[in-house]
Amino acid sequence: MAKMTMIEAIQSAHDTAMDRDEKVVVYGEDVGFFGGVFRCTAGLQEKYGPTRCFDAPINESGIIGTAIGMAAYGLRPCVEIQFSDYVYPAYDQIVSEAARLRHRCAGDFTCPLVIRMPVGGGIFGGQTHSQSPEAVFTHVCGIKTVMPSNPYDAKGLLAAAINDPDPVIFMEPKRLYNGPFDGHHENPVVPWRDHELGEVPEDYYTLPLGKAEVRRSGEAVTVIAYGTMVYVAEAAVAETGIDAEIIDLRTLLPLDLDTIVESVSKTGRCVIVHEATRTSGYGGELATLVQEECFYHLEAPITRVTGWDTPYPHAQEWDYFPSPERVGRALKKVMEA
Amino acid sequence: MSEYPPLTFNVPAPELRPGDTPDFSGVEIPRAGAVRRPRVDVDPKEIRDLAFTIIRVMSRDGEALGEWAPELTDEDCLEGLRHMMRLRAFDARMLMAQRQGKTSFYMQHLGEEAIACAFQRALQKGDMNFPTYRQAGLLIAQGYPLRTMMCQIYSNAEDPNHGRQLPIMYSSKEHGFFSISGNLATQYPQAVGWAMASAISNDSKIAAGWVGDGSTAESDFHAAIVFASTYKPPVILNIVNNQWAISTFQGIAKGESGTFAARGHGFGIPALRVDGNDYLAVYAVAKWAAERARRNLGPTLVEYVTYRAGGHSTSDDPSAYRPKEEGDAWPLGDPLLRMKGYLIRRGIWSEERHTQAEAEIADEILSAQKEAEEIGTLSSGSGPSARDMFEDVFEEMPPHLIKQRQEAGY
Ligand SMILES: Cc1ncc(C[n+]2csc(CCOP(=O)(O)OP(=O)(O)O)c2C)c(N)n1
Ligand SMILES: [Mg+2]
Repeated sequence: MAKMTMIEAIQSAHDTAMDRDEKVVVYGEDVGFFGGVFRCTAGLQEKYGPTRCFDAPINESGIIGTAIGMAAYGLRPCVEIQFSDYVYPAYDQIVSEAARLRHRCAGDFTCPLVIRMPVGGGIFGGQTHSQSPEAVFTHVCGIKTVMPSNPYDAKGLLAAAINDPDPVIFMEPKRLYNGPFDGHHENPVVPWRDHELGEVPEDYYTLPLGKAEVRRSGEAVTVIAYGTMVYVAEAAVAETGIDAEIIDLRTLLPLDLDTIVESVSKTGRCVIVHEATRTSGYGGELATLVQEECFYHLEAPITRVTGWDTPYPHAQEWDYFPSPERVGRALKKVMEA
Repeated sequence: MSEYPPLTFNVPAPELRPGDTPDFSGVEIPRAGAVRRPRVDVDPKEIRDLAFTIIRVMSRDGEALGEWAPELTDEDCLEGLRHMMRLRAFDARMLMAQRQGKTSFYMQHLGEEAIACAFQRALQKGDMNFPTYRQAGLLIAQGYPLRTMMCQIYSNAEDPNHGRQLPIMYSSKEHGFFSISGNLATQYPQAVGWAMASAISNDSKIAAGWVGDGSTAESDFHAAIVFASTYKPPVILNIVNNQWAISTFQGIAKGESGTFAARGHGFGIPALRVDGNDYLAVYAVAKWAAERARRNLGPTLVEYVTYRAGGHSTSDDPSAYRPKEEGDAWPLGDPLLRMKGYLIRRGIWSEERHTQAEAEIADEILSAQKEAEEIGTLSSGSGPSARDMFEDVFEEMPPHLIKQRQEAGY
C-alpha cells in the first residue's frame, strides 16, 4: 500500500496496465514527454518508450478515430482528452463508430478503447474547463461511462476499463485530483494522504465496472451521487445531521440499479445530486428508474440538486456549483415531505 | 463609404446542367505512358507535379505504355477483367432486386469498377481496407462469396451483420475489409490508426483508407492526413474522385482550383493522381504506394479520377442535376471496355470469349441469387431474429438490456 493522490493512482493504473500488457498504448495532447497537463501519464514515455506513450496532434476527432483503428487492429488504446469540454469534436467518432462497431458487424470487429477526460468544476475554469458531460455519453448505447471519486477506485476502475472488451468513457473529477473536495471552497483542501481512500495498492488490481459503493449507511434518505458530489453530500449530511445513505455510483452505465433499489426501498426517500446541468441530465434517468422500481416505497417526491441550466460561469462559480447548503436544504425538504 | 467595391460571394457551379451538351475537349488528359514513374523513396517535393497530372497506362488503341505499365501475367489480366465484369453484373442484378422490393436500398459502382478491383491486387493477406460503400470490388477481387454479399443485401438469416446494417455495408475482417459506416469519412482516421498500430507492433501489415471526393471536405479527412503526416504509418489514403457527391459537383468540396491529390502537399505526403478507369494504371499506382508503405516510407495520397456513371444510389435521379449524356462524353471512357480492348490487343481475349464470359458470370450470379433468396429477402423468407438485436451492443449483455429484451417479448 502507498499513499497516492488521484493523479498518482491514475498514473499507476496506466503503469501497471502497460507493464503487464504490451498492447496498451497511451496518447493524447501533451501526454507523452510532459506526462499530461494534470500529470496523469507522467513518466510513462520514459519507461515504455515513445511508441507506447506519445504526444498527439490537437485534433480530438483524430485522436479517437485513430484509437478506434488501433483497437480494431488489436491494441488496447487508452487515450486522454485534455478536458471533457474538448471531447465534442470527437463525438461522431465516439457515437457513430466506437459505440456501434461491435453491433453493426456482429462482432467481426470490436473496439476495446478507453477515453479518459477530466470533468467538473470547482477550479475557476469557466465554461470551457468545467463541464460534466456524462449524460451525452450515457445516452449512447454501446459505451460504458465511469466516474470514480477517489484514488483507490480510480486505479482499480481504470485498470478494469483498459481490460474491458468495449469502449469506456472514463471521467475524472478534476477537483478531486488532489483531495476530497466537499464544496467548502473557503477551507483548505484535505490532501488524499489524510484520507483512507488515498491508500492504494502499488500492484495491479481491478474493480468491477457496474458496481456502486455505499459510502455511508443510513436509514432516513438515500442520496445518489458520483464524483465530487459524493463529498458534497457527505458534508451536507454531517451538517444537517440527517441519517442519509450515500451511494457513490462509480459506474453510470451499466448502472448498479440493485444497490439503488435496495437503499430507496429501505429509506423511502431519494435525493439525486450531480454537477451537470439539470434538464435531460443523468439525474432525470435516475429519478425515473427510482420511480419505476420503488414507487410504492416512496414517501416523498424524488429531488434533484444539480448545476443550473446555464453555461458554467466563471466569476459566479460558487453560485453555480451544487453546494453542501443546497444539498442540505434538499435533504430537509425531503424529510419534511 | 468604403473606397472598395462591394464584396461578392463565390458559389462554385458545374459547367454543365441538364439540357447542356457535354464538352470535355478543354479537359487536359495526358497521353498514356507520358507521366514518369519516380522511385518509391523519392522526396515528396520532387513529385509535386504528379498531383496535377493523370497517370495513364492504357492507350486508346489498347496498348500498355510507359514506365507505369505493370508486369501482369495473362492470367492476372484476364482475372482482373472478370472481377470487373462480375461486379458490374452483380450491381445490375441487385439494382433489379431492389426495384422488385427484395431489399430497401442499393448502391452501384458503374464506371468505377477498375479502382477497387485493381487496388486489391496490390494488397496482401492481413492488410486492411477501410472502405466506403462504393468499394465492393475489394471483396469481389478476393473471391468473397457473392451469395454472402446478397444475404447481407437482403438482411436475411445468413447476413453476417445479422440484419443490423443497411444493404451493402459489408464487413469481413478475414478479407481485410473493415465494417462500413454510413457516416462519411470516419473510416479515414481509423485507417491511419490501424496502420499506426501495425507500426507500433513492428508488424508488416499495411492499411488503406478510402473516401469520396465530396467526403474529403469532412474534418475527419483532415484529421487523418494530420496524423498520417505526423506518424508516417503504413497507410494508403485513397480518394475516389467520381466528380459527384449525390447532386453536388466536386468543386463544392474542392473549390475551383487545384486537385484533391494536391491536398497532400501541405502535409509532405507524396500524392499521385491516376486514371481511375485504367485498370493497369490503378494497379501500378497502388503497387507503388503499397511498396512505400511496406518499406516504412509512410503514407501516400492517391486520387483516382473517374466518373460516377450511375445514380448515387437507388434513391437518386441524376437527370435532375447533370446532363444525361455527360457519362458517355466522359473522356476517360469505360474501365471495363478499355480492359477488354487491351486484352484483345494483347491477343488473349476476343469478342466471342467476352460474350461467353458474360453468360457464365450471369449464370454464376443467378445461382448465387437463387440460393440467397431461398434463405430470404428483406420482404420474404427468414430474417434475423428480433431477439438478436439486443446482442453485441456490448460483449456481455448488461442488466438493463436483458430487461428490455424481456419487455420486448424475447
Ligand atoms: C457525415 C455524413 N454526412 C452526410 C451523409 C449523406 N451522404 C451520403 S453519401 C453522400 C455523398 C458522398 O459523396 P462522395 O464522398 O463524393 O462519395 P460518392 O458517393 O461519390 O462515392 C452524402 C452527402 C452521410 N452519409 N454522412
Ligand atoms: Mg463522389
